[in-house]
Amino acid sequence: MSILIDETTPVIVQGFTGDKATFHAREMIAYGTRVVGGVTPGKGGQTHLDRPVFNTVKDAVRETGAEASLAFVPPPYAADALMEAADAGLKLVCIITDGIPAQDMMRVKRYLRRYPKEHRTTVVGPNCAGIISAGKAMLGIMPSNIYVRGNVGVVSRSGTLGYEAGSQMKALGIGISTSVGIGGDPINGSSFLDHLKLFEGDPETKVVVMIGEIGGPQESEAAKWVRENMTKPVVGYVAGLTAPKGRRMGHAGAIISAEGDSAAEKAEIMKSYGLLVAPSAAELGATVALALAKAG
Amino acid sequence: MDIHEYQAKELLSGFGVAVPPGGVAYSPEQAVYVATELGGWHWAVKAQIHAGGRGKAGGVKLCRTYQEVAVAAKTLLGATLVTHQTGPEGKTVHRLYVEKAEPFVHATYLGLVLDRKIERIRVIASAEGGVEIEEIAASRPESILQQQVDPAVGLQAFQARELAFGMGLNIKQVSQAVTMILGCYRAFRDLDATMVEINPMVVTKDDRVLALDAKMSFDDNAMFRRPKVAEMRDAAEEDPRETQAAAFGLNYVGLTGDIGCIINGAGLAMATMDMIKHAGGEPANFLDVGGGASPERVAAAFNLVLSDRNVKAILVNIFAGINRCDWVAQGVVQAAKDLRVPLVVRLAGTNVAEGRRIIAECGLPIISADTLAEAAHKAVAASRGDAGGARRAGGVR
Repeated sequence: MSILIDETTPVIVQGFTGDKATFHAREMIAYGTRVVGGVTPGKGGQTHLDRPVFNTVKDAVRETGAEASLAFVPPPYAADALMEAADAGLKLVCIITDGIPAQDMMRVKRYLRRYPKEHRTTVVGPNCAGIISAGKAMLGIMPSNIYVRGNVGVVSRSGTLGYEAGSQMKALGIGISTSVGIGGDPINGSSFLDHLKLFEGDPETKVVVMIGEIGGPQESEAAKWVRENMTKPVVGYVAGLTAPKGRRMGHAGAIISAEGDSAAEKAEIMKSYGLLVAPSAAELGATVALALAKAG
Repeated sequence: MDIHEYQAKELLSGFGVAVPPGGVAYSPEQAVYVATELGGWHWAVKAQIHAGGRGKAGGVKLCRTYQEVAVAAKTLLGATLVTHQTGPEGKTVHRLYVEKAEPFVHATYLGLVLDRKIERIRVIASAEGGVEIEEIAASRPESILQQQVDPAVGLQAFQARELAFGMGLNIKQVSQAVTMILGCYRAFRDLDATMVEINPMVVTKDDRVLALDAKMSFDDNAMFRRPKVAEMRDAAEEDPRETQAAAFGLNYVGLTGDIGCIINGAGLAMATMDMIKHAGGEPANFLDVGGGASPERVAAAFNLVLSDRNVKAILVNIFAGINRCDWVAQGVVQAAKDLRVPLVVRLAGTNVAEGRRIIAECGLPIISADTLAEAAHKAVAASRGDAGGARRAGGVR
């Protein structure tokens, strides 16, 4: 197994006919992902990459039985696309788009709560690299060849740091079950905690790596949950030890403001809750190897 | 993005927030002119900088005569103010705001922030204003009043009323305070703010409720749909290198070390900076080239990093997903001709073989690295002028 997606998941692409979406949809198909169509308003009825294009997500779901979507929609229309996907009943939407206004995401999160928990759409992103279940399916923009199939789950704020972890593990002969990029924005669709819960319930996953950043309460919240509920070992890392306080470092989310927000504080909190913290980003792979050895 | 007090007051008054009358001045003559236009007997001459704590730093002067207004303006313009929010280098005053002084009997606090934890707007108020809200939060947390806003329906009048009564206002003042709180909320929502702060919100002798100071910050991601706010950007308040970086779609933050960094992805950039420190060096900057790094953007990144005279070596670390290593390599090779400092390049991900071939065959003295650890160690060695060591340094930890 794996979490969120596998080779059987029927996937559509929102913003299907754009250049970037086309390039990455092709990569996803080549990887074995079951891409069943896409949505571009006004281009319904056409065919793109040998797959049908629909005007609305509802049309696409009705005709193809799609369960998941990868959204490549520009910032001004992104919130609308997410709400459309939720209303059409998709189980999962992964949004790659960078630069979505924070208040739009706030409204999206509120909108999702209209649906009862068991029917609620899981949003991954925005501003993320996507999801890959190694050897099965890919819903994102990552270089797929740096991952091998295995039993380590990865959840990372940063896309490129997730790649770093995947490739260090590959070099040590360690594979992954699923790698999820939750994105660097201040308000994201799903959190570390949401995915840790899924990994805990996935029989294929033996160890989980959680790669955080400065700013926001999510890492500490997740670490606390690990201590109280998780049976699998969790490796932690927090980027931004050298980041000066109060400065914006690329991600709108990575603003150190309140107490407990700095990388050093978060790493300490992780340690206190029993996570195995990697001393540097270059030792992510080695720390996972250690955790796997301990897990037996 | 931050704006000045006078700009925030202009925006907020459009949403029904009551402010004292005032005007902007760029010279002592203008300041006196504004004071005469305003009329009255007392004026506050206020330095306009993007930082709090101006009062304590001497940036706000109360004047009783036009002569005093002229002297205050002369003293403040061109002066450098150092407050707890400016950093030790301070901020230079280029603009003044001259305001009719309003004697008040009660100072309160009002703030609105986008709270990441609850993913909603949080309204914070206190019966005590004019001081740092952090101090009150630390010393008497029970005196801090709060309301969370449900984005589906917005801030309700009863919530504003609860805050206003909690601030110790009488019924005459409460209705004005409710107008102010709801106005601040609508401005926050409609202008894509991330922070609105009225400190102090005061009650005058004749029971009027006024915003004596105002601060607003905005969501950079939303400025595409707020052109009126975006126009208020004051480049003089920002690091010129950061402004230049933004023009190229780069994200740059200057630091004090000597190893220049050019990296894709904010997370990897921060992790690489941490790794440099781990290897015994100090990063000179944070720079995220982002996705779709064209040769032009890479060249702009090199120019920016090199504009910092402290830089003794450059480390390029690209893990390409949406980027392509071959494009980045072409940009690096173009930019690296006539380079005055050693350059360490680590490429990984999409089209990595082609990217590494371009670097290897370009004939320039570029130091290659395969892993993050190796790249950091080589960059630290190179910054110390140890070129041989830089080439030999492996992935030792």
